[in-house]
Amino acid sequence: MSILLIYIMIFLGCMIGYKLVSGFLTKEHDYTSLKTVTFGDESSVESNRPASIMSIIAIFFIWGSFTGSTIVPSFLHVPGAFTGEVSLPYEAKNDAGSTANGQINILVFPNGENPSVEPIDAGTGFAKSEAVKVQAYRSALISQSDLLPDGGAQITSIAGKPIAPGDEFSIDQGLVRMTDKGSIAFEPYKGWQMEPIWLPAPESVVTRFFDLAQNGYQNVTLWENLYWSLYRVLVGFFLGSIVGIPLGYAMGLNSWFRGWFDPIVEFMRPVPPLALIPLIIIWFGIWETGKISLLFLAALWIMVIAARAGVSGVRISKIHAAYSLGASKWQILKNVIVPNSLPDIFTGARVAMGVCWGTVVAAELVAAEKGAGKMIIAASKFQNTDIVLTGIILIGIIGYGIDIMMRVAEKYLIPWKGKG
Amino acid sequence: MSGLKINDISMRFDLPNGGSVQALKNVTLDIKKGELLSILGPSGCGKTTLLNIVAGFLAPTEGQTILNDKKVEGPSLERGMVFQQGALFEWMSVRKNVSFGPDMKGMPKAESKIIVDRLLDIVGLQEFKEKAVYELSGGMQQRVALARCLANDPDVILMDEPLGALDALTREKMQGLVLKLWKETGKTIILITHSVEEALLLGERLIVMAPRPGRIHKEYRLPFAELGVGKDLREVKKHKDFGKTREEILTMIWDMEEEIMGRTESAA
Ligand SMILES: Nc1ncnc2c1ncn2[C@@H]1O[C@H](COP(=O)(O)OP(=O)(O)OP(=O)(O)O)[C@@H](O)[C@H]1O
Ligand SMILES: [Mg+2]
Repeated sequence: MSILLIYIMIFLGCMIGYKLVSGFLTKEHDYTSLKTVTFGDESSVESNRPASIMSIIAIFFIWGSFTGSTIVPSFLHVPGAFTGEVSLPYEAKNDAGSTANGQINILVFPNGENPSVEPIDAGTGFAKSEAVKVQAYRSALISQSDLLPDGGAQITSIAGKPIAPGDEFSIDQGLVRMTDKGSIAFEPYKGWQMEPIWLPAPESVVTRFFDLAQNGYQNVTLWENLYWSLYRVLVGFFLGSIVGIPLGYAMGLNSWFRGWFDPIVEFMRPVPPLALIPLIIIWFGIWETGKISLLFLAALWIMVIAARAGVSGVRISKIHAAYSLGASKWQILKNVIVPNSLPDIFTGARVAMGVCWGTVVAAELVAAEKGAGKMIIAASKFQNTDIVLTGIILIGIIGYGIDIMMRVAEKYLIPWKGKG
Repeated sequence: MSGLKINDISMRFDLPNGGSVQALKNVTLDIKKGELLSILGPSGCGKTTLLNIVAGFLAPTEGQTILNDKKVEGPSLERGMVFQQGALFEWMSVRKNVSFGPDMKGMPKAESKIIVDRLLDIVGLQEFKEKAVYELSGGMQQRVALARCLANDPDVILMDEPLGALDALTREKMQGLVLKLWKETGKTIILITHSVEEALLLGERLIVMAPRPGRIHKEYRLPFAELGVGKDLREVKKHKDFGKTREEILTMIWDMEEEIMGRTESAA
């Protein structure tokens, strides 16, 4: 909740701040900036570049701030978990009615360290002193028999506050509680920051990335994992295309083909590929054949529909013109229908690649020996959250990279797109 | 006998709701080789249908088209088409578009290059040869379409509102070009238009069609096309008969439109 509120505040702050600052900057006088009607005019709504940059910075800021990261100056960190030493003097009373004083020293150490505890003199009275250590975010339990080994005694106050079994009170460094059996529990203050096992700091993800790049994880290098995922996507997509595109053409050109395959395609289209995983496992097993079949099916329907749309989209006057110019059916297919459908096929290919990439990761989560999905699911079992995050970020970057590559290729290969 | 004979053609479209549209009824036309024929008529009178039948894209329900003593059975390269717009292949350069016909025939590159260069000179697009067609203006694109059609050396050129999408000025220039091409190549040309002036300028013979059912209403023989070749077409428009004929035809078409409106109103 608080994160959402902070995020909204940053959003509004950046927006208002940018408005104020850009008001002083020289205005651009291009066509869009001179439009007076902008609300509702979609063409005048361009993505604001500074907003995108600030958005990315905001994400890293919040991420860093809530993980105590070094990329965010420490005064901007949200309060972290308490680490350091706490001294809790206590008073106990025995059956005879006499009192004695002891002390509990608790060393709260940060995650990843393992300091040794300075021993403390146990003292001479029946209330002994004790020194313990505990990791941040965990709680320490000091049993009654350690503090009052003689028995027949009871702690009556801690740090000057009277206490009875079941009571608890807060101090700056955390929460002190007496259990029903008279032991003392201390929960150090957790703060607002995330424990690394929930959300590691950005820099530890980066470190982990380099570590993975060099050493791999569970005897599989990072590159091998990514290579296998990409390989499956490319093979599945390729098979889906070489079956799907001709089938789509046939459906666009022949009414028998269209009638025959329409029910199948229209039925399979809304079935998410992930829903096929169980069936694929039963049929093909989950190993390579299964995964490639799954990706083949994921790409197939998209490519069929794209090719069919590409054929249906050809203007009849182009076909008529080609016939009147003496072209045969094959020549029309090759010189008119195929080039005319390429924009649609490319759009389909972009969608199919995206779907395949998502599907392969999901399939690898279910079972795989190698692959990006396998890496993150294995890491999650050992709560290596930094590996999980590294994997997710890499999966995102690769998916985005594929899409950008397809867009660039589209620009070069089919410059006539949308110009017909 | 060489020439184009449109023999008692009727065309009825059956509609999915069980009704039918009589798009053409008993249309007969004899077109001599090298004739420039323009067809005019209110919207929906069957002009496009007639042209599609002559081109071979549609089979008439009755009658037949005969070109050079052969019955028209389907599209073929002796009948070239020029469409209003959007029929160029945008994935090909201007040169590739124009050489499409020769390429399909398998004509050697060297031979087709000569044809393409000559036609691009005629339509004035030599320097745009390697440009993509979508980089050209509307008027230029129609010149490419004309050149592409001529590259196949067809006997008949069929044009369905070829200049309909152009602005008035470009249109006038293109009308001059059509006349020039007609004179230089001696092709038979059938041109459909919505513009009465264009029909007068680009028709040795002008056919006015009437709707419901689509039929030939009136025929004119006109001197303006001959007069206009290589001249300023604005001069031709000053000819004393030009204005008179234009008014006559306009009134005729107006009356037809009025009648259609009246009929639909009484039907409603
Ligand atoms: N495929 C078709 N199915 C049913 N009716 C059709 C079909 N094609 C044309 N028609 C009908 O035939 C008649 C003639 O159409 P056509 O397109 O030939 O007219 P047109 O003279 O070219 O009109 P415009 O000047 O608007 O281009 C119209 O009434 C039209 O509704
Ligand atoms: Mg028409």
